[in-house]
Amino acid sequence: MFRFLLGRLAVLIPTFIGVSIIAFSFIRLLPGDPVALLSGERVMSPERHAEISHQLGFDRPIVVQYLDYLWGVVRGDFGVSIVTKRPVIDQFFELFPATVELSICAIVFAIVLGIPAGVIAAIKRGSVIDQIIMGTALVGFSMPIFWWGLLLIIVVSGILQWTPVSGRISLMFFFPSVTGFMLIDSLLSGQEGAFQSAFNHLILPTIVLGTIPLAVIARQTRSAMLEVLSEDYVRTARAKGLSTFRVVGIHALRNAMIPVVTTIGLQVGVMLAGAILTETIFSWPGIGKWMVDSVFRRDYAVIQGGLLIIAGVIMLVNLAVDLLYGLINPRIRH
Amino acid sequence: MKKLTTLFAATALATLMAGSAWSKTFVYCSEGSPEGFDPGLYTAGTTFDAAAHTVYNRLLEFKKGTTETEPGLAESWTISDDGLEYTFKLRPGVKFQTTEFFTPTRDLNADDVIFSLERQWKSDHPWHGYVSGASWEYFSGMGMPDLIEAIERVDDMTVKIKLKRKEAPFLANLAMPFASIMSKEYADKLEADGKMNQLNQMPLGTGPFAFVGYQQDAVIRYKAHPDYWDGKQKIDDLVFSITTDAAVRYQKLKAGECHLMPYPNAADVESMKADPNLKVMEQAGLNVAYLAYNTTQAPFDKVEVRKALNKAINKQAIVDAVFQGQATPATNPIPPTMWSYNDNIEDDTYEPEVAKKMLEDAGVTNLSMKVWAMPVARPYMLNARRAAELMQADFAKIGVNVEIVTYEWAEYLEKSKDKNRDGAVILGWTGDNGDPDNFLDTLLGCDAVGGNNRAQWCNQEFDDLVTKAKEASSIAERTKLYEDAQVVFKREAPWATLDHSLSIVPMRKNVEGFVQSPLGDFAFDGVDIVE
Repeated sequence: MFRFLLGRLAVLIPTFIGVSIIAFSFIRLLPGDPVALLSGERVMSPERHAEISHQLGFDRPIVVQYLDYLWGVVRGDFGVSIVTKRPVIDQFFELFPATVELSICAIVFAIVLGIPAGVIAAIKRGSVIDQIIMGTALVGFSMPIFWWGLLLIIVVSGILQWTPVSGRISLMFFFPSVTGFMLIDSLLSGQEGAFQSAFNHLILPTIVLGTIPLAVIARQTRSAMLEVLSEDYVRTARAKGLSTFRVVGIHALRNAMIPVVTTIGLQVGVMLAGAILTETIFSWPGIGKWMVDSVFRRDYAVIQGGLLIIAGVIMLVNLAVDLLYGLINPRIRH
Repeated sequence: MKKLTTLFAATALATLMAGSAWSKTFVYCSEGSPEGFDPGLYTAGTTFDAAAHTVYNRLLEFKKGTTETEPGLAESWTISDDGLEYTFKLRPGVKFQTTEFFTPTRDLNADDVIFSLERQWKSDHPWHGYVSGASWEYFSGMGMPDLIEAIERVDDMTVKIKLKRKEAPFLANLAMPFASIMSKEYADKLEADGKMNQLNQMPLGTGPFAFVGYQQDAVIRYKAHPDYWDGKQKIDDLVFSITTDAAVRYQKLKAGECHLMPYPNAADVESMKADPNLKVMEQAGLNVAYLAYNTTQAPFDKVEVRKALNKAINKQAIVDAVFQGQATPATNPIPPTMWSYNDNIEDDTYEPEVAKKMLEDAGVTNLSMKVWAMPVARPYMLNARRAAELMQADFAKIGVNVEIVTYEWAEYLEKSKDKNRDGAVILGWTGDNGDPDNFLDTLLGCDAVGGNNRAQWCNQEFDDLVTKAKEASSIAERTKLYEDAQVVFKREAPWATLDHSLSIVPMRKNVEGFVQSPLGDFAFDGVDIVE
């Protein structure tokens, strides 16, 4: 297991360096003067320009600049927002819990509905139920997030008025953030109705963000299940007269889960991409919306730093999934 | 039993009172996050709505719903005979807000005014560069650094500003968001604590609402300033719920999650008007779209030709097709909500037959011309290409052949300034200080030829009137001069004035007291929610 971990890390580090080079080049490849872009100052005297250029280290060799940047990143220095003048990393940690909360809910939603749907489709292979499930999954998979989100808002919130339209909690509630997770904070606040409000606000964004992973998981579960069901040991189990529930639930599902876990892991990247749109539609104050707003504000330091942090998070999650995969299926370690 | 009922009633009443009855919260679904909370540093309307119109006041304010100025923190002012010295008498007893982060010990005085302006003006001021990247863009954009000679403290409640030259729009400039008055006492405290940056994050002023907190990209909270000099607001809490997508803002408005929203999608306006829970306010925005002929080139140097072309354009059709009715045809080069707008001027009527005759009389036959169409949508012209096509069809009816050309936007703006450029250019303007000078001199003055004056039109009579108006100090005198200037403009027809787009504000039916600003900003003092 230790060698497996080392091997994974050996791949991860060069990848991270590659991403850091891209993030580092970002400002320098954009049209315009990088000093002006990074300082946010539009009107500069030549002296001021030289001063800022020196402060930012632009007067040194490019390799030195990069190494310095990388050293900063290693110490957790991802630069300072041009607009708010606060460290990018601080803002990231403030907003990240909102995205994590939404992503966890979305992935739980996708797993809870996706795996049973895939299993049922596999068992009822070729039936109408199978076709309905797979057809729905295809639609879900190809659904443009922005359109889907607006549609749900208009129908569920606008016409039916079942859920609130956007935000994380009703603006009537006002309490300090403790954990950053609204479901927990609303409980801690002790205010009546706060948890309910936070929960209601989560419903639509969860569905929207969870739709694509749900479709992917359902499809993956179905095909993995079909493969496993055709294996000899399943046939043997059936021949022994075990109930379908035991055969599918105990024998087949565990083995079918191996590729599904990988799929779920891969969905993390997809989720973060989806979060950008979902959070924008639902005014969900997480990192996805933060990145979009930063683009509009031309806060290049945030875009640069944010990209690198997000890439790092995706890599770490993938590493964790790989390790988990190794635990479920020992063969993979060799 | 009776006791129990009483107890029950009392409990119910208490619950009700604890609920909504005693705290009136007004929620505004704003369209974006503010860049910061120091209005001097930024230029975006979103920032001004969140900082300048809530927390701060200025020496002068724009009278609600107009572009006229009225006394704000300055109770009165006098202007010296040579028009170079402005002496402002401050309103006594103006209280700064008391917040969780600062408790003021004194009322507004001259120091606050001097601090607020000098920090933008003097490059050696300790607060000039307190936020790295601060460029005080509006202050310099309005030409203030070259205009101001000195800012002096006469006594505690009197400030004198000396100018280098006469400048009538100066007073209107002081009513603009960048000239918001901050608390010097608060600034001093922050400086002493080494927390200067906080001025831009936790604002404190004399305005109707005090800042409570900002959660980035999500919500800004304010509470009514209890000691506001103009009286406490009817609402207790003001909340900006930041909602970037217009369709989502509309749904929130419909669901009652907010009371008022800016910038609806054009396609939603009809259904908003049909919704019994909503009401929609609309007025002409402070803008104009126009077709500027090159008046230095034949045959557009002849006023008869320009007049004839103006009569051939069916403006109503353009407004209908491009704006789905959300604009009004323009008569004058300034919008009708602006002071000095001349109501007596009659627009060129759409009469293709007459136009054709006029053109023939002017000896112009087989005219071929270019019409430039902007490549981007602006508030005053949502689809220039479409407008150009409609004009192409209109001109064809009087025998004029039109070729539509376009360029990349930056190039378009640059190339259209050229004195030798051909044909007629579609362009427009949005005013930013509510002063007619900002349209008439900026766009049509002789000095602007080769620049903003896309018609390359230098008419001495017009220019004299506009220049005189700039130097006149009484509003009445200036109004007269601008009205006359509009008469000259209409007679000489350097442009075909096309439209003023409407600014549309949907809100819940129970919102009262909101006044639409012709300057396009959103301010919530005086707003109330009635049940």
